[in-house]
Formats: sequence, structure tokens, C-alpha cells
Amino acid sequence: MAEITPLRSPAETGLAKLFEATKMRYPTGVSIAREEAFRYFEAVGLPTRRVEAFKYTDLRSAFRDAAAPAEMPSAETAQAALSGAKGFAGLEALRLDFVNGHLITGSSDLGRAPEGVTITPLTEALSQGHALLDRLTPVRQASENPIYQLNTAFLADGALIHVAAGAKVEGPIHLRFVGAGGEAFSTATRVLVVLEEGAEATILETHEGPDGVAYQPNDAVDVVVGDHAVFRHARLNAEGRETVALSTLSARLGVEAAIETVNVVVGGVLSRHQVYLNFAGADAKAIVNGATMLNGSQLADTTFLADHAATGGVSRELFKTVVDGSATGVFQGKIIVQQAAQQTDGKMMSACLILSEDGQMMNKPELEIFADDVACGHGATCGALDEDLLFYLMQRGLPKAQAESLLVQAFLGEAIEAVSHEGAREALVGTIEAWLKARG
Amino acid sequence: MIEIKNLVVQIEDNRILNGLSLTVNDGEVAAIMGPNGSGKSTLSYVIAGKEDYEVLDGEILLDGENILEMSPDERAASGVFLAFQYPLEIPGVGTMTFLKATLNAQRRARGEGEISTPDFIRKVNAAAEKLEINKDMLKRALNVGFSGGEKKRMEILQMALLEPKFCVLDETDSGLDIDALRIVSEGVNALRAQGRSFLVITHYQRLLNHIVPDVVHVMSQGRIVKSGGKELALELEASGYAEYRTEAA
Repeated sequence: MAEITPLRSPAETGLAKLFEATKMRYPTGVSIAREEAFRYFEAVGLPTRRVEAFKYTDLRSAFRDAAAPAEMPSAETAQAALSGAKGFAGLEALRLDFVNGHLITGSSDLGRAPEGVTITPLTEALSQGHALLDRLTPVRQASENPIYQLNTAFLADGALIHVAAGAKVEGPIHLRFVGAGGEAFSTATRVLVVLEEGAEATILETHEGPDGVAYQPNDAVDVVVGDHAVFRHARLNAEGRETVALSTLSARLGVEAAIETVNVVVGGVLSRHQVYLNFAGADAKAIVNGATMLNGSQLADTTFLADHAATGGVSRELFKTVVDGSATGVFQGKIIVQQAAQQTDGKMMSACLILSEDGQMMNKPELEIFADDVACGHGATCGALDEDLLFYLMQRGLPKAQAESLLVQAFLGEAIEAVSHEGAREALVGTIEAWLKARG
Repeated sequence: MIEIKNLVVQIEDNRILNGLSLTVNDGEVAAIMGPNGSGKSTLSYVIAGKEDYEVLDGEILLDGENILEMSPDERAASGVFLAFQYPLEIPGVGTMTFLKATLNAQRRARGEGEISTPDFIRKVNAAAEKLEINKDMLKRALNVGFSGGEKKRMEILQMALLEPKFCVLDETDSGLDIDALRIVSEGVNALRAQGRSFLVITHYQRLLNHIVPDVVHVMSQGRIVKSGGKELALELEASGYAEYRTEAA
């Protein structure tokens, strides 16, 4: 029988060409890592539905073409894009601005870092061979993922944020990603946050861009949460309506470390947010929530992995999805409890409200448990708005649309309650309200 | 004043109301008593506009206007209020948020301006105090974790705030202890006024000791089979519904 040679899709061919054209720009050590990542990616290619981890999200079809990596925008373009950015705009924060995946040093608060916080642009760190680079990719499983591999292969810009032991950073650090321009482009950014022992910080992330452009961002945030350190994180995907938005958050948790991360999705024609957690130290705690609002033909995929390697880890995941139009929500969640990770307590929940005839939700929760003294559970629900609740609200005088909005808001609100930063939480409630208002 | 004329209603081919006619005058408290399955709760849902019920014939006129054509929220804005037998829990919706949204929605529908926050809070506090509803309850999600009695008091609080013209109380006494029954009844009695009428649906005469009706109607097999004064309730308590079951059958 003839050997079957897999055909490369135009996007895969394009990526290979782009990789060859851009790889010489980087210092040697980095180039090797990129080369490895790209070769690894190339061997597998863009995943189709036949790859289990991408069963519901066909990246090969989503990427018809590989857009060229965006160049550093002009100062005027950057300024114009940033001035239109709305996400968390009203909040007092230390800002790092990225336009088309490039750190805009002129508008970022690089010189304003509070005591204990050191921020280094990634390009600078790469050319210096910064010591912190060794702490990139804190979770092994992420490095085996094609999205993360592409991020490594094409890595163009980002930042290293170091918080010294014991430093409790008061205000949030806002990573503001904005897309600009009329032509399709791709980006690959990486932000590394290292919280040393006992440090605390809040990172906010917003992603916005134009509606009419099929740009392709691939953003990764790597986090090392030291022993007794606390990492708080809220993220808003308000990308343009034609955007294929890929993102990865990977975090390694030390002893009694804590992470809180909430991802809110309204944008993108296709988006996939991946969260990888490694419970490396004993008694670490994680809250991982999501609130996703979809309409039209949007698809949003949340893929979550918690790998418990140490005892006493506690994780709580609550993902809420609201689907309207002919949109598709996807949730894949997996909790691994290694043999040594006794007394792990993990609960994972995905709940979906479907507001239309054609909307759909795919849930794939998994538990892989090798320890015998654990409490782990998962649940998934999917349904329409409760007719009896709607009738009750309408009997009190609320018009149907308002009654529906109130119930949807209450449904999603539960996932957002976990955001500790009050201003960010209120802003995200505003995002829900705006989405419902646009629904009419 | 509410006039129900020859109301015929079915649900999934099951005829529940069979040409029911009933008039409740302005300021009047009418009680409806009847055995299980006589269609009392159906009547309350059809008045409020719940889907699932198919109205085959008849009219429900509120001050001369047929409300059957209206959606539930339009009926509410016209002055129809249903105190539910089982008030629903709505997780994530704060009680105060809910109360303000409903009050303002009704005001908007009637072309009135929104209520100011201080006025709203004053109104809620005054009504809550009369019904012995404490402030903590108002801070929680609507009806979530409330006891049966607390839920019923919350229904009456909403009635007091929304100031409807026609109130239907669907077995408001079910699940209430003696003290809660007294508080709820006092709340209802305080709202009795010219221009507001009540339809009190109950199995037992007990509630009618507290909310004394002007008229008592007996319902059986989807129709009103007898009407009389408040003494009719006492007769029923003594004799039971057997007579009406056979009469209608």
C-alpha cells in the first residue's frame, strides 16, 4: 500500500515560510528553543478534530492562511489604537501597552514600577540572555501543545515581571493588548510573571482589536507563583469579530501558593483559551473561572488542565457560557491527581445557557486520579432559561427581554464574583451588561 | 373591577376551566374555595398570563379592557398581581435590585418617571417593617434560602410596593405557621382599599378568619358552583366539599 504523505494546508506551508524568514532575528539560545518548538509543531501540524485535544475546535480549518507577523507599528498608529482601548480603561493601574503584539515602551509605565517590582521588555531580556528566561514555560504539558509551540516559535515581544519576595503590589498591572490596521497580521507575545515567596500581585489583561480584520493573536502568560505567594488575574477577550484568538495561561504553584484567574470572552470568531496549572507545592489553592458570551457564528473554547503533583491542593473551577445565534461553546477540563497528591480537593463545573435554537455547547470534563485519598468532582449542565423564572419576573412587570437579561446576568455573575479587584469586577459586570444590551 | 366571562381553558387537551364566570367589584375581597383539582391555580395562572394554557373561549376584563391579549408584564403594568403559591428562588438576583427593576419597569410602562433611590429605599423599608422582614433578607438573592413564611411575606412586600389594582393570592396560607399567617394577613388587610380588589384562593377557612372576605365563591370542575357571604366558608368547613363534587359530576 502506498504511503500516505499528509498534505500541508496553505496555512501550514505559510507558517513554515514565515518561520524561515523570521528566525534569524533572534539570539542563538532563543533560536534553538524556537527551532525546536517549530520542528515539533511542524511534525504535527495544525490540529484537526481528529486530535483529541482539539476535538471541537478545528484549527486547521480556522487558519485558512498564515498571516505575517505584525511589524512594530508607528507611534501614531499605536497612539490611535491605544486611545480607543476600552477594557479596564477607567481603572488606576500600571500599564504595559502592546499594539499588534509589540510592547510600546513610549506609552507603557515601565519606569513607574513600584518597589519590589522589576519589569523588563522581553526583547531586551532576550538580547541580554536575562536570568529569568530560565523560568519560562513553567508547566510541562503546555510545551507539548501546538498553540503554545507556535507562540514559542514566533515569539516577538512581551515582558518579564518580577515581584520580589514578600512584596505586596497594591495596584493592578494592566497588560493592554490592542490590534490595529486594516490587513491581517499575526502576533506572538509572552509575558512571564514571577512572584517570589510571599509576594502578591494582580494582573489584568485586555485584548481588543478591529472588527473587520482577520488578525491572529497568540498570547501566552507564564506564571511562577512562589511559596505562599498570591497571583490574581482577570482577563478580557474583546477581540474583533473576525479574529482567531489563541491564548495560554500556564502557572506553577508553590507551597501554599494561591491563584485566582477569571477569563471573560465576548470577542473573536474563534477563540481558544488554555489554562495549565501545575500544583507543584503542597496545599496550593486555585480558583479558575470563566464567563463566555457568544452570538453569531462565534466559537469559544476553554481548555483547562490541573495537574496535582503535591498533597492538599484545592481547586475550584466554574465556567459559565451563554450561547446565542448559531454560536458554539466548548469546555474541556481535566484534573490529574498524581499518586503523591493525597488530599487533593478539586471541583470543576461547566454550566451553559443556550438562548437560541441553533446554539450549541460541547463539554468534556475528565478526571485522572492515581491517589486514593482525594475528593474530586466535575459537573456539566446545559439548558435554556427557566420558563417559570421568566414568568415570575414578567408577572412582576419586567418585559421579556429585561427578564431574560436579568437571569443571564445572574447566571454569568457567579463566575465573575471571584474577581477580587473591585474595579475590575465592576468593569466585567459592565461587559456583561453591554453584551446583553446589544442583544436587545 | 374585574369581570371574567365564560372562561374555557385547557392544557394539553385537558379541559380545566369550563365556562367560568366571576365578577370582583372595586374594593372587594372575594374568596374562592374548592376541592383539589377544581382549577383554582389554573385560574390564577390564566389571569396572570402564564403560557402553556390554551384559552378556548371567554374574556377577562380589567376595568373593561380584555387582558387576555396582553403579555404577563403588560398585565402587571395594568395592575394585575399574582402572589404565588410557591414563590421562586432567583439565585444571583439581589432582592433590592429585583424590587427596583420591577417597580421602575411598571412605572415606565405606565409612562411614569423612575423612582428616585432615596424614595425607593424609604418605601421598601416602610413596607418591610410592617411585614417584619429584616434588612438581611433584603440584602440576599431573591427568595434564596428563605423559609416558606419569609417567601410569602416577600410576596406581600412586592404587592405593597407595586400597588396593584387586582391581587390574586394563590393559597398564600399554605406552609405558614400561626404567626406568619397573622403577619401576612395584616399585610394584606392594610392594602385593602377602594380601587383595589382581591381574589383569595384557599382550601381552608382558616385564612378567611384573618382576611375576612366580602364574598365567597365555591369552585368545582372548573366553574363557580355557589356564591355567598363569608358564612359560606364556615359551612364548607363543617360540611366539606362532597356535596359540590357530586353536584358537578
